[in-house]
Amino acid sequence: MSLWQYANPVKFLALSARVQPVLWTLAAVFTSVGLLWGFFGTPDDARQGSTVKIIYLHVPSALMAINAWFMMLVASLIWLIRRHHVSALAAKAAAPVGLVMTLIALVTGAIWGQPMWGTWWAWDPRLTSFLILFLFYLGYIALWQAVEDPDTAADLTSVLCLVGSVFAVLSRYAVQFWNQGLHQGTSIPVATGNRSVADVFFYPLVMAMLGFGLLFLALVVYRTGTEIRLRRTSALQARMNRRA
Amino acid sequence: MTALLLRDLRLALRAGGGFGLGLAFFLIVTMLVPFSVGPEAALLQAIAPGVLWLGALLACLLSLDRLLALDLEDGSLELLLTAPLPLEGALAVKALAHWLTTGLPLVLAAPFLGVMLQLAAPGHLWLLTSLALGTPALSVIGMFGAALTVGIKRGGLLLSLLVLPLYIPTLIFGAEVARRGSAGLDPSTPLLMLAGLTLAVVALMPFAAATVLRIGLR
Repeated sequence: MSLWQYANPVKFLALSARVQPVLWTLAAVFTSVGLLWGFFGTPDDARQGSTVKIIYLHVPSALMAINAWFMMLVASLIWLIRRHHVSALAAKAAAPVGLVMTLIALVTGAIWGQPMWGTWWAWDPRLTSFLILFLFYLGYIALWQAVEDPDTAADLTSVLCLVGSVFAVLSRYAVQFWNQGLHQGTSIPVATGNRSVADVFFYPLVMAMLGFGLLFLALVVYRTGTEIRLRRTSALQARMNRRA
Repeated sequence: MTALLLRDLRLALRAGGGFGLGLAFFLIVTMLVPFSVGPEAALLQAIAPGVLWLGALLACLLSLDRLLALDLEDGSLELLLTAPLPLEGALAVKALAHWLTTGLPLVLAAPFLGVMLQLAAPGHLWLLTSLALGTPALSVIGMFGAALTVGIKRGGLLLSLLVLPLYIPTLIFGAEVARRGSAGLDPSTPLLMLAGLTLAVVALMPFAAATVLRIGLR
């Protein structure tokens, strides 16, 4: 019994069929409870009014936008080192989800920024580095689509993911150097535990963050299954064409 | 390695195109700026360092898709792959040749274009320094992008999409050196960052480029 047995597509599909109902249910429960509690069950902020409620979309999507890239990085490394196809396909499946999460974070941030900072967009380090992350997702997906041979595509995108990660981190600190910006620092520092978010806002936020994490997991498992079946279909078609 | 360098330089010089094209593009982009933002000297002076850096970066990008494509067409890339010379070294030398034929002329032309954009007098030296330090990084990162897209038909647009985000840190530090220099501030911090970035990229990127090129030509 080890984790690596799920590198076998058949075992992976069997597992995903078993865990998917659980994942989807949990994701739906946590996301809807977190968002509904956040939107309707919390008081307005003393200074920000009801605009603060967009935090329940903004923070979880931003969190998952970054973690999706990390997940792709780990999956790419597993593919490069151990050559498990499921891993490469999982990275491929995660990219569009990460792209959408980045887009949600950018758009909700703009909608929040308009009443609070008086501007839709500022060239702030956090905003800029998210825009750069968005570009990296675009390039990664475009490269997957451009290369025809699936193994070559998996190899090339994996290396791009590694190099891109280095440059994404580099850009993150480079833009910080360039402009100090409007966006606040972290409000929920895990290491020190001195969070500056009051309990009434914090608990629904944690629910929404968990919900988005589960939603991401469910989507990735689902999309990886789709990719595996697509790969099988094209293999079958190739075999049929050879016979004909 | 010397033979490869000389071959690439000769090809770039005699086959034409690459050498002059980047420079002409740089000139045109610089010339278009006053048309788009207006000819006021104060405004031009303020944006000159950034515009010149952007122009140089785009001119560099323009020649990237020819970096390996021509060698792929005539088959010399496969010879390089099987040659006793490590592919990493070969690609580093080819990037050097690209810098000598594209980056260096841009560096040398930048002060003249700076005069056209009313760049402040102390800015010329720092613009020259930052471009001289930064353009090698652009060539080496571009080599990675070219190696990544070498087997792809019509990869030119994809190449820009992949390479431009990788250019961001270099552009930030390079333009910051030129900006601080022309504003009379101390540019040493971004200058050191730029130098460190270029050294790291020159040291590591040939390995990444060789890896993806081996995959692409498999």
